[in-house]
Amino acid sequence: MSDRRDFFGKVLGAYAGLGALGALYAAKRTWDPLPSVKAAGFTTIDLSQAQENVLYTEMWRGKPIFVLKVPKQDKKAYEDKRLITVGGDKFFIAIGLCTHLGCIPAYYPDQHKFICACHGGQFDAAGEVLKAPPPSPLVIPPFTVKGKKVVLGEAGPEYKKLKEAGLVA
Amino acid sequence: MAHFDPNARPFSHQWLNDRLAVDTLKRVLSTEYWIPKNINFLWAMGMVLAATFGVLLISGIFLLMYYIPDTKQAFDSVNYTIMSEVGYGWLWRHMHGVAASVVFLIIYIHMFTGIYYGSYKRGRELIWLSGMLLFVSFSAEAFSGYMLPWGQMSYWAGMVITNLFSLGSLDFQGLVEWIRGDYVPGQAFLGRFFMLHVLLMPLVIMALIVLHFGTLRLPHVNNKDGEEIDFEAEAEKWKAGKRKEAKVIPFNPVFLSKDTFVLGVYFIFYFYLVFYHFEFAMDPVNFDPADPLKTPPHIYPEWYFLWSYEILRPFPKDPGLIAFGFAQVIFFLLPFLDRSPNVAPANRRGIFKFWFWILLVDMIVLTVMGKVPPIGIYTTIGTVAAWVFIILWVLLPFITKAEKPVRGHK
Repeated sequence: MSDRRDFFGKVLGAYAGLGALGALYAAKRTWDPLPSVKAAGFTTIDLSQAQENVLYTEMWRGKPIFVLKVPKQDKKAYEDKRLITVGGDKFFIAIGLCTHLGCIPAYYPDQHKFICACHGGQFDAAGEVLKAPPPSPLVIPPFTVKGKKVVLGEAGPEYKKLKEAGLVA
Repeated sequence: MAHFDPNARPFSHQWLNDRLAVDTLKRVLSTEYWIPKNINFLWAMGMVLAATFGVLLISGIFLLMYYIPDTKQAFDSVNYTIMSEVGYGWLWRHMHGVAASVVFLIIYIHMFTGIYYGSYKRGRELIWLSGMLLFVSFSAEAFSGYMLPWGQMSYWAGMVITNLFSLGSLDFQGLVEWIRGDYVPGQAFLGRFFMLHVLLMPLVIMALIVLHFGTLRLPHVNNKDGEEIDFEAEAEKWKAGKRKEAKVIPFNPVFLSKDTFVLGVYFIFYFYLVFYHFEFAMDPVNFDPADPLKTPPHIYPEWYFLWSYEILRPFPKDPGLIAFGFAQVIFFLLPFLDRSPNVAPANRRGIFKFWFWILLVDMIVLTVMGKVPPIGIYTTIGTVAAWVFIILWVLLPFITKAEKPVRGHK
């Protein structure tokens, strides 16, 4: 009799457990980003009209994106390995949030550098840290180059190469 | 089978007793639930908290009728519709905001009363643990509520706090995006935090309040001397009419009338804040609508989270997160880290006396340092205070293990 009860107890437990697992999975999926949100997670930027030393701010996944055609006369920044070559020109593309506490630095074209008003951090025209507190360079988002355009959100071969070299952040 | 008197008139006393045992319920839950006489006004903080929760619930119901959980409309539904169109909408909002802030002040007083008198030991461990669960739930409730006006502080606090779940170098970006339902806080985020704030967390809190009361029923509340009272014997004295001799009073009506007096004083203080100083609970930065492309220069949490925020701040990323996690869970372990059997006021417990007062002062210092910008001497003070907090908890088992029995105790 007791064996029989134990057995039914286990069957009931397994049955209810399966249902609970299914419900948990459904609950997890309900909280996932919606397909429309994911589809909007890609931003295409046309770089053919970009002018040298002018900062363009785009938006990708709700974050500001800095796009800068790096001026040739800034030799140090121009030779930086983090730059992205599109159609023969070198671009600096990064998430425009200071790596210290997430403020948005401003670009000073005459000095070729970014200065953060919050805590005084500075970055050069390739996003490298010139002055603390930021602990690391401005972060390069996943990108892929398509002709004269760059698609953000998709990791292309150029991005993977940068990532392997540890240069994206 | 139960006996039902066929002659009892519907809804008469006996009719209800037969069906609902109202007399037994009243006896067990109020008229014969015994409270020691040897207490002070700090023992009223539980009822003050329950009443404040009631105020939050009622003011929240009125706010809920006009609030719109939509990223484009939320800000105006609070700052325009509720504040200037709805009759007395400003009252509900200020009551809700001030109560949300004051409730943490009372929670901290309630917690430190428990720590001071050792009310987490000798059968009272579950009272402490269920109380800590309530503290965590109130924190989640406060945070989710803070998101709803969708101002600059809502948005950026939401950004920073959800970012903590990437767990530093573990870089769990997927988990962060799952919690937000988006890459940054957006509609999905506002919708789910609205749900948490108005339904799930209140349900959890109400269930925990019932549990918290339940854990009190058998061990009873502590008293000013940590004396072990034979509640049954003392109750017999009271019931026999020897009310002066008995060390206890019934919860209802005797203790409750004292509670009600403290509540009266408390509500004068509370409504003074609501009518004349509500601005302390209303951060000016949050009166700018959320802007994903503009970070406020200085992001800080509400005052009641500042101490744990300050423990996160002075350290590098990963150790900071570990220290923050430590601060969140360590209070739960208090009944097990305190190795002394003494249930007595901290001032009679040797080194523990210093431990208690240093902890209290340290948490006040952390709170103040969390508010000022992290520069110069403030960084140093904050770092020292964070280390003092950690060291205090590491020392606690050793201090209490070596503690001598307090006079009058075994």
